[in-house]
This record gives sequence, C-alpha cells and structure tokens, in this order.
Amino acid sequence: MAKITYVTHDNERHTIEVQNGLTVMEGAVQNDIPGIDADCGGGMACATCHVYVKEDWFNKIPKKEDGEDDMLDMAFEPKTNSRLSCQIVVSDEIDGLEVNIPSKQA
Amino acid sequence: MNKTDALIIGAGPTGLFTAHQLKLIGLDCEIVDNLDKIGGQCIELYPDKPIYDIPAVPECTGEELTNNLISQLKPFDIKFHLSERVEEVKKEDTSWLVKTSSGNTFLTPNVIIAGGVGSFEPRKFATKECEQFENKSLFYSVKDKNIFKGKTVSIFGGGDSALDWAIELSKDCKINLVHRRDEFRGVQATVDKMNELVKLGKINLFTKYQMANAHGDQKLESIDIKHDNNEIKNLKSDYVLGFFGLIMQLGPIANWGLNLNKKTIEVDTERFETNQKGIYAVGDICNYPGKLKLILSGFHEGALAARACFKLARPNEKYRFEFTTTSSNLLKRLGKKE
Repeated sequence: MAKITYVTHDNERHTIEVQNGLTVMEGAVQNDIPGIDADCGGGMACATCHVYVKEDWFNKIPKKEDGEDDMLDMAFEPKTNSRLSCQIVVSDEIDGLEVNIPSKQA
Repeated sequence: MNKTDALIIGAGPTGLFTAHQLKLIGLDCEIVDNLDKIGGQCIELYPDKPIYDIPAVPECTGEELTNNLISQLKPFDIKFHLSERVEEVKKEDTSWLVKTSSGNTFLTPNVIIAGGVGSFEPRKFATKECEQFENKSLFYSVKDKNIFKGKTVSIFGGGDSALDWAIELSKDCKINLVHRRDEFRGVQATVDKMNELVKLGKINLFTKYQMANAHGDQKLESIDIKHDNNEIKNLKSDYVLGFFGLIMQLGPIANWGLNLNKKTIEVDTERFETNQKGIYAVGDICNYPGKLKLILSGFHEGALAARACFKLARPNEKYRFEFTTTSSNLLKRLGKKE
C-alpha cells in the first residue's frame, strides 16, 4: 500500500491509498481522479495518462523502460520530468509519491 | 444515398467480426472508419505487439489479427468507407440518416457503433497561437507537397513521419527539424540519412526544443521554439508540419443523444442497444455492468447486436438460430455449398 498524491491542473490535491501492484494510472482511474484518460487501458500505446513527477521522486521511482519515451514524444506538453503513469507500479517504496496532472491529455 | 440493413462505425476487430455476423445471418452492411486503413487500434497502436488472449489463437500481433479477420470476411461483399468520419446520425421515420465527413449519406434501420475510444485524430500543438494557422500554414499531414517548394518548413516530431518528410522535403525546401529530445524513434536507416543531411547543411536540427509560439498576420512568418533550459529561438518559417501521432477522440458521437458514461456508451446486454432504438454500441466503446475491454468481449457483443439488427431490417421474417457446421443456408452464404 502506498499513499499517492495526484495534483490536478487547478491545484486540487487528491491523496489516495493505492494497492501494491497496481499502477499509478489505475489508482487514478479507479478513484475517478480527473485528468488521466488512459485511453488504451495501460498498454503504453496512447500517452493519455501522462503525469509530471517532481525531481526528487523522478529519480527514486523505477526508470523508464524502452518505448515509454517514444510515447511521451506524443504527449501533451511533455517535460523532462514527464512519465506515463501506467508504467509506474505501486509499491511500499513509492509511498508518498506526488504526481502533477497536465492541463489536458491531448 | 446508400441503403443498407446495418451501418457499422469502426473497422477495428469488433466492427469486422460484427460485419461477419451480419452477413452470415443474411443482412447487408457497410463499414465507415476515419482511419485510412482497416484494423482500428490493432493496426494503429500496436500492429507489432503480440496479443495472447484471443480464444484459440495462442499468439498473434495486431496486424495478424486484422488480416485474419479480413480473410474471414472474404466470402462476403462488404463495402468499406475509409478516411471518412461519421458526423451526423438523425432519425428519419423508422430509419437513421447518417452523414459522413466526405458527404456520403446512408439510410439504415440499424447503426452499430464499434468505435473503440472514438476516432483517431492527429495530436496537435499545445500552443494556442498555432490554431489560427491550422490548415493554412500549419498542417498535421501532407496532402500536396508541391506547396512547400522553395519555402522554409519547420517540422516537429521524432518518428518516421517527421523524419521521412524532413528528408523528402529537404530536396527543394529549407528544413528545420525540431524534436523534444536527442533520440529519434524512427527506423535507424532513416535516422542515419537525416543525420547525413544535417551534416551536409540540408536540414537544420534543433533537439530538446518544443514549439513555444507562432507569429504572423494572415500568413505564418516565424515561430519561437523553446529549449529544455528555457532558451528561446526564433525561426523564420513559411510552413509548419507537426507529426505527433494520433489520438482517439469521441468526436461527434457525443452529439447523437446517446447515454454516455465518461467516454463510453451505455447499452443493454441482450441487444447491445443504446437508449436510441436501432443504435447499438459494441467493443471498447460500450459500457454495462461487468464490461471487460477485451477483443473477445467485442466479438460476443457484435454477434448479439447483429441478431438484434435482424428484427428491424427484416420485420416480417423470423430469425432462426443456426450453426455453420450444419446449416446449408449459412454454408451457401459462406460459399461452401452451391
């Protein structure tokens, strides 16, 4: 179990306990957090679950695997701290993670 | 005006198998899809990715699945309308009048929406200023490359489309190629060719830059691009091309008076009919308690929706359930029996 904080574009904070093994995307979708579309359902095929991860956390969570950056090329306003939330798996180690949701996904 | 027993919106796996089921029970159908090819998400998002949960198919890629579904449709004559988006669905007596973006019209008692997560549209620049130049100086696809001759063209993106057009247009245009990082996801040979042209001065390459602003009165004059370190560069540009792939948008479906739940359409699980009589939704786009977004679910939903269509298309006949192993009717339709 890990507490994940989703900060929406208008600075609304949603802190949710997400089960280990789920992804940060699933935690958002299952709890109706606005701003994460996840059109492809977690297949790393659409870039609509795009989030920004604050610097300190960005280096702590598991690194991007092949293909994630390719999809991020297509995301709305990607930055150097962009991630696809469907590729961040929840574990005790990421308890306290905070992600920022972009103003739109496309 | 095209008249048909059922119009299918979406040529993905669910739409294709629904067409199979319609033809098998003796109904006509036509298929409209906004993409320029058959296969939907399977072909657009993951043609090379293996799928492991299609019943009786231990492993196949999105492309193989699409090709198999197309060959399963071989016995039937089905008209596809590709690169067309359905814009309007209107009630006309007991039928539906359907209009597409190319001006095609259909009159049909049954409309089956097999639209996945909506239609594929190009992803656009995030910068607001870009909108006013769209389809004039700024494009997301190339229709006529001759308009670029002798001009300065700024191309954005890191995939094959961006690279291919940068290489092609560098023959007789001044090219700026702008990408948000140093790595390109195009095929290596194309990346090598591009790098060679950069060395020869045929392509000006700007990496770690993104679009920041667009300037001009009626016509585009220049653009600002912004580096990861916030430095801004102004590039004189007559044209801008953006290649960021495609995104799925629900689009006009939202205006057809259907009960929507987020980006999905609510249906019953007997006929997969929406709140509008004669409009059905199947596959990823439909929603009901227990819905699974699996291809196999789409096949089941399409089979039931097809049977429901029979009633409205042939009001004076009675649908009879038959097996392909034994029914001479079905075998005839499949071309297996005289």
